[in-house]
Amino acid sequence: MKPNLMLRLGAVVLGAALLGGCQLETKSAKQYGFRGTGMDQITLASANKKIDPINVVPPPPYDPPKPGGRPAKEAYQNVQVLGDISEDEFSYTMAAITQWIAPEQGCNYCHNPANMASDEIYTKKVARRMLQMTRNINTNWTQHVKQTGVTCYTCHRGKAVPTENWALPAKGNEDTILGNKHGQNAPLVSTAYSSLPNTAFAKYLLDSNSAPIRVQTTYSHPSQYAATKNKTTTMEAEGTYSLMMHTSSALGVNCTFCHNAGSFQAWNMSTPKRVGAWYGYRMVRNINGEYIGTLASVFPKHRLGPQGDPLKVNCTTCHRGINKPLGGVSMVKDYPALRPSAPMVTAAAAPAPAAAPTKMP
Amino acid sequence: MATYQNIFTQVQLSHAPEMGIEMKPGSDPRGTAVGFNHLFGRFGQAQLGPIYLGWTGLLSILCGLTAFEIIGLNMMASVNWDPIQFVRMLPWLSLEPPGPEYGFSPIVPLAKGGWWILAGMFLTLSVLLWAIRTYRRARALGMGTHVFWAFMSAIWLFLVLGFIRPAFMGSWSEAVPFGIFPHLDWTAAFSIRYGNLFYNPFHALSIAFLYGSTLLFAMHGATILAVGRYGGEREIEQITDRGTASERAALFWRWTMGFNATMESIHRWAWWFAVLTTLTGGIGILLTGTVVDNWYLWAQQHHYAPAYPDTGVVDPALGSK
Repeated sequence: MKPNLMLRLGAVVLGAALLGGCQLETKSAKQYGFRGTGMDQITLASANKKIDPINVVPPPPYDPPKPGGRPAKEAYQNVQVLGDISEDEFSYTMAAITQWIAPEQGCNYCHNPANMASDEIYTKKVARRMLQMTRNINTNWTQHVKQTGVTCYTCHRGKAVPTENWALPAKGNEDTILGNKHGQNAPLVSTAYSSLPNTAFAKYLLDSNSAPIRVQTTYSHPSQYAATKNKTTTMEAEGTYSLMMHTSSALGVNCTFCHNAGSFQAWNMSTPKRVGAWYGYRMVRNINGEYIGTLASVFPKHRLGPQGDPLKVNCTTCHRGINKPLGGVSMVKDYPALRPSAPMVTAAAAPAPAAAPTKMP
Repeated sequence: MATYQNIFTQVQLSHAPEMGIEMKPGSDPRGTAVGFNHLFGRFGQAQLGPIYLGWTGLLSILCGLTAFEIIGLNMMASVNWDPIQFVRMLPWLSLEPPGPEYGFSPIVPLAKGGWWILAGMFLTLSVLLWAIRTYRRARALGMGTHVFWAFMSAIWLFLVLGFIRPAFMGSWSEAVPFGIFPHLDWTAAFSIRYGNLFYNPFHALSIAFLYGSTLLFAMHGATILAVGRYGGEREIEQITDRGTASERAALFWRWTMGFNATMESIHRWAWWFAVLTTLTGGIGILLTGTVVDNWYLWAQQHHYAPAYPDTGVVDPALGSK
C-alpha cells in the first residue's frame, strides 16, 4: 500500500471515529426564551417514544367507591388522619397504598394482622406521618405540585424505601488528609459526576433553617457596610452550583429551563419555571425537616443514615429524570383522601409562612 | 506527495556539536554533555545540550518538584494511598485552599489548607526563579528580554488568581484549588458568584487577545511554511536582506487583504497579543469581588450589555417576610 493511500485511509477512519460521538437521531427543539439566549430544550425523538416503566402511573386497585357511607373513624379504631372519609374510600385508599409501597409484603408490612389498629410496628407510625405530609403537600404546596398533586407513589414507586434518597454524609476526621476529600472531589450522581461539594443536600435541603441558596449580589459594587456586604465566597458558591447540577439532572433539563444564562440571578429574565423550583426547594425542606426529620426516633437503626438521621428526599425522589414527575399525569384525582379540600392548619401540617406564601406577589 | 514541501526539517546533518559563545566572566559553569537525537531532529534541533542550569535553574526545578510532590501526595492521601484509585479518580482529586474561617492567615493547619499554601509558595518560587533564569540567559547571550516579560505576564495572572486577589479579599478561600476538574468547577463557580464573568470587559479583552493570538499564530505559521520552499523559514535573514520568500509572503497578504505585516512587525503583533491575554485577564480577575461584585448589573448600569425583554417573573421571596 502506498504511503499516501494509507494516509487517506487513516483520515477516513479517523473522521468516521470522530463522527461516532454524534447522535444522528432526529431531535426536536423547543424554544422558550428570547432568541439568541440558548433558552431551548432539545430532546431526542426516542426520548418521547420510550417511557421508562418507572415513570408510568399504575391503575387504581379497583374502581373508586361512590361517596357516602359510614366514616372510617366510626368503622375502625385509631384512625387519626383519614377518619373523615368513608369506610369504603378508606379501604380503597389502603389497598392503593399497599400496592404503591409494599406490594410484596402486603398489609402486614405496617399492620399487626391480629390487631390492625395497633401502632406497634414502626412502619405504621411512619405511614401516618407520611399521609399527613402528602395531604399537606397537596393542599399547601400547590405552587410546586399545582393541581397535579402527589401520592405515595410519586416517591415510592413500589418500594418501601424510595430508591432516590440521601442522608447526612459520614463525618470523616477533618484533622487529617488521609482519606479526606473535603466533602467533594468524587464522581457521584448527587453532583452530576462533577467534583463539586456533595454536601449540598445537607446544606440546603435539610430543614427550614437551611442555608440560603442565593450567592449573587443585587448591586454592582461591593457594599462598604458590613451589614449589607455579600460575604459568600467562591468556595461556598460551589455548593449552590452543586445543588443546581443536582436539580438539572433530576429534571432532565439544562440551566436555561429556568434561567437566562446571562444572569442566573435576575428574576425578570427567568422563566416562570424558576418560581416553581423556588417553592420546590422550600417544599423539600418542609418535607425533610417537619415530616421525615421528626421520625428519627421512630425508624430502626438499619433505616438510618451514617449519622443516625432518616433517609430524606431531594428533587430526584419524585422527578426521576423528567421535569414533570410521572409525565405530569395527575394520580391524586383518583385518591381524594390524599387531597383534603380545605387547607389544613394543624400544628404539624402548617408550614412556616416564609416557606409558602399563599399568594404570589 | 511532493517532497519539496517541508512539514518537518527532513535533512539532519552530522557535525561537531555547536557549543555556543564563551561565557561571561563570573558566570556559573555550563554543562558540557552534548548529544544528538534523530527523533528530536524531526521536530526541532537534533542537538541536545549544552544545558546551562545555574543556581536559578537548579532551585527552580527543586521548588517545582516540591510543589508537584505536595500536590500529588495530598491527592494520593485523599484516596488512602491506593494507586488504582489515584489513577481512576485523578481528574476529580484536588488540593483545596484553606476555608473561609482562616481568612488570609499564613498559619493554617496542614490538613486544612496549609499544604495548599506551601504548594503555592513553592510553585511561585519555582516560576519566579525560572523567570529570572530566562532574563539572565537572555542577557548573557546579548538578547532582548522579551521572553522574560512574556513569562512575567503569565505569572501575573497566576499570582492574581492564587495570591494577590485572595489577599485583597482577605481570604484564601477565594483562591483556585489544585486539581483538574476542581479548578474548572472553581472557574464556573467564580463566574456564578460574581454575576457572570462574560460581562467583565477585561475578561472580554483577554478572550479577544487569546483568540487573536491563535489567529495570528495560524496566519504567521501558514505564511512561513508556505514560503518555506523559497527559504522563508530563515526569517532573521529575510528581515535584513529581503529575499523572494519575504516578498511573496508580503504580496500574498496585500493581495488578499490589502495590508501586510512585516517580517519584524508580525512578531511584535504576536508577542503583544499573547502578553495582553494574561495581562488583561489578571486585571479582570483582580477587579472581581474587590471593585465589582456583580458584573451583569455593572454591565447594565454602564449600557455595556443588552437588557433582554422582561419575562414578568417576580422573585417569590419578595412576597414573604
